[in-house]
Amino acid sequence: MFGKLTWSAIPWEEPIPLAAAAVVGVALLAVLVWVVATGRLPYVWREWVTSVDHKRIGVMYCLLALVMLIRGFIDAIMMRTQQAVAIGAAGYLPPDHYDQIFSAHGTIMIFFVAMPFLIGLMNVVVPLQLGVRDVAFPTFNSVSFWLTAAGALLVNLSLVIGEFARTGWLPFPPLSELAYSPGVGVDYYLWALQISGVGTLITGINFVTTILKLRAPGMTYLRMPMFCWTSLASSLLIVAAFPVLTATLAMLLLDRYLGFHFFTDEAGGSVMMFMNLIWAWGHPEVYILVLPAFGIYSEVVSTFSGKPLFGYRSMVAATMAICVISFMVWLHHFFTMGAGADVNAIFGIASMIIAIPTGVKIFNWLFTMYGGSLRFTTPMLFAIGFMITFVIGGMTGVLLAIPPADFVLHNSVFLVAHFHNVIIGGVLFGAFAGYNYWFPKAFGFRLEEGWGKASFWCWLIGFYLAFMPLYALGLRGMTRRLQHIDRADWAPWLYVAEAGAIVIMAGIACQVVQLVVSIRRRAALCDVTGDPWDGRSLEWATASPPPAFNFAALPDVHGLDAYWNIKAGARQQAVQQPEPRYQPIETPRSSATGFVTAFFATFFGFALIWHIWWLAALSALGAFATFVVFAWRDRTWDEISAEEVARIDRAHQAARQRSLAEAPAR
Amino acid sequence: MTVAERAAFPDDPHHVGHGAQAEAPGHGAGGPAGKRIVVGYGFWIFLLSDFVLFSCFFAAYAVLRNASAGGPTESRLFDLTTVAAETACLLISSFFGGLASLAAGARQMLWFQAMMGVTFLFGAGFVALEASEFARFIGLGAAPQRSAFLSAFFSLVGCHGIHVSCGLLWLLTMMAQVLAKGFRPDILRRILCFTLFWHALDIVWVGIFTVVYLTGVAP
Repeated sequence: MFGKLTWSAIPWEEPIPLAAAAVVGVALLAVLVWVVATGRLPYVWREWVTSVDHKRIGVMYCLLALVMLIRGFIDAIMMRTQQAVAIGAAGYLPPDHYDQIFSAHGTIMIFFVAMPFLIGLMNVVVPLQLGVRDVAFPTFNSVSFWLTAAGALLVNLSLVIGEFARTGWLPFPPLSELAYSPGVGVDYYLWALQISGVGTLITGINFVTTILKLRAPGMTYLRMPMFCWTSLASSLLIVAAFPVLTATLAMLLLDRYLGFHFFTDEAGGSVMMFMNLIWAWGHPEVYILVLPAFGIYSEVVSTFSGKPLFGYRSMVAATMAICVISFMVWLHHFFTMGAGADVNAIFGIASMIIAIPTGVKIFNWLFTMYGGSLRFTTPMLFAIGFMITFVIGGMTGVLLAIPPADFVLHNSVFLVAHFHNVIIGGVLFGAFAGYNYWFPKAFGFRLEEGWGKASFWCWLIGFYLAFMPLYALGLRGMTRRLQHIDRADWAPWLYVAEAGAIVIMAGIACQVVQLVVSIRRRAALCDVTGDPWDGRSLEWATASPPPAFNFAALPDVHGLDAYWNIKAGARQQAVQQPEPRYQPIETPRSSATGFVTAFFATFFGFALIWHIWWLAALSALGAFATFVVFAWRDRTWDEISAEEVARIDRAHQAARQRSLAEAPAR
Repeated sequence: MTVAERAAFPDDPHHVGHGAQAEAPGHGAGGPAGKRIVVGYGFWIFLLSDFVLFSCFFAAYAVLRNASAGGPTESRLFDLTTVAAETACLLISSFFGGLASLAAGARQMLWFQAMMGVTFLFGAGFVALEASEFARFIGLGAAPQRSAFLSAFFSLVGCHGIHVSCGLLWLLTMMAQVLAKGFRPDILRRILCFTLFWHALDIVWVGIFTVVYLTGVAP
């Protein structure tokens, strides 16, 4: 009846996961009770859960990422603590549990923190920057989000029901094969990623179509803001790379569930084929993450330097060059495979070449700042911190791209330091910069600057303390994923790394406080102009938060930095924009399709993990029925009347005028 | 958009928010594209991603085709007569799928349903032939668990077969929906997507036919 699922699946004898799960469960329940008790359930259901509005979906993505960041960070500090106390000792985490933690940490940080954070920011911002009313497929957008959330839920379920993978963030065979990992851990990993991967693929398709087909009149390619370009490149990479992940994990699933021999050691299976396939997705994935972050830095640096982006066209070219070259370097993840000197040399050179367009970008940001009137706000601090940190990470990357050096450093903590250097210093700082930069757009009030700056300094210092020692340890020969350490002379480095993790924890605490303080002081931090930073692109041309239809009348674009030009024109002629003749606007109708599909997908994944075949069949049927019901709808849009549009837009314009009249001239 | 429509909305010349009627190609200058273009374009992007998925299974097959682990090999198993029949079924099915989309364009309910019905029959015939081929292989001791070559073979060909089966389910849903709702613009867009999907599966089959079967029996 319940397949492999029995009461013994719950790890009664392990207090740490049980306590962690209890905290998560109580927190979830408390939120739910609060929502129901305060009568907010209809509001949450109507305005958030079933919303197909890209801004709402974007906010939910970012929220998911922030929550999962805390989960992933708890894993991280547990590992650092284990390595700091297990020097010549056993430590407090048994190997079995420690292996699950490093696997969960990597999986969560990449798939359920970095990805949703950047996709969330793309959702909030890209349609606004393009000057349009929504993404190409709003309901599918909701499906994407909820499938991602379903994957995150499955990963967290593994805390209490069963176990998580012990195979690292990428399940390398033969360890991940049934013979060596007979438990459900790898299955949790595989189904969580398959389900959320479908969501990510739909997001990629959605954004490629949105950016290429839905743009405001006059928004030609070379007038698109840089963030739209990098989102386009990232979405193209998703479309081209995520099917590779799906196929590779499907092969592993076939091996595990049906006894196929893709990656097994016997009957002709090829382990190295897994490495090639997974990294053919895995390396583009790195750029899927970092390209949108590059776009965020471009927006932030340009805004807070009060200058147009230096070398816009070279930035576009560099972005698209990275997009293409990212598919030609995957083999540098396993130079030690033994493909031979020629093959390794080619991939080593390709990996070094990709540093060139990245270098172009760094110089463009520096020249954008040069001669500008800089404002050192929190997003700008994250951008500057990024430039310094990322250059270091890039240089260690070029070092690792040299095959002979890689043979020495392969699988060492030098590598761990390198990719945390580029992912924290590149992706996460970018996400934080975007979070602080676009928060007022999404909510109508700014985040508190003092706590924001405190969080930046904690993150920056904490990062250097936590990861610079790992470079040193890697050069001294420390391999990654050690559950205990036999070398006493490594202790000082590991203590410093532990201290760094604690400083990062302070940074996260600052961010939580920043959010709470900002919400409580939202009246003082309120922005009624819709343009708190004196921005340059179209998202600042509308109210904060923007109305459901984004723009009362679509802006007409006449050049790069579209909103800056509109503002400059208005200032020169000292006249207000004439009021448009308001028209009724159609908005896509809310739909529970995404939520219900994800509901069934969660059960589908759970049923397959535990071999409950009837439930899997039932869930698949349910998901299909959901789509039929969706397709059977007769009314797919709601109309907002011209009077309503006029009322909303006039209210915004009046508030903006009042605020500008009161404020001293900038 | 006609001149009259443009004149009717002087402040919203691109009539956005009413995208169903917009005729802009979406190339930037003309504003957002209409829904038919957006849906067709988006579905093409999906098909490209699906081709990438297939290409992984093709690559795996190319890597593992000689890893028969002492078990049955390609030339011993493949029978081009069955494969020719499968190919014929699939291509004829697509031809009738094309006729169905013409019938939808002409708003001919009876013709549409009839052509979709024939499309279904030939598609189902393809799936049946493939299933019988798989059953024959398994009977010969050539199950996917036998060797890496057979794992790769069953996965690649089976992945295509699952696509066709899902397409058949979609086809039946479309027939029911057109019957219930008529030729609404949104349903016509779905028919467009369905025919794109059906033809895309032909393209993949041509790849399978060449890479798997033809080169498999070649001396």
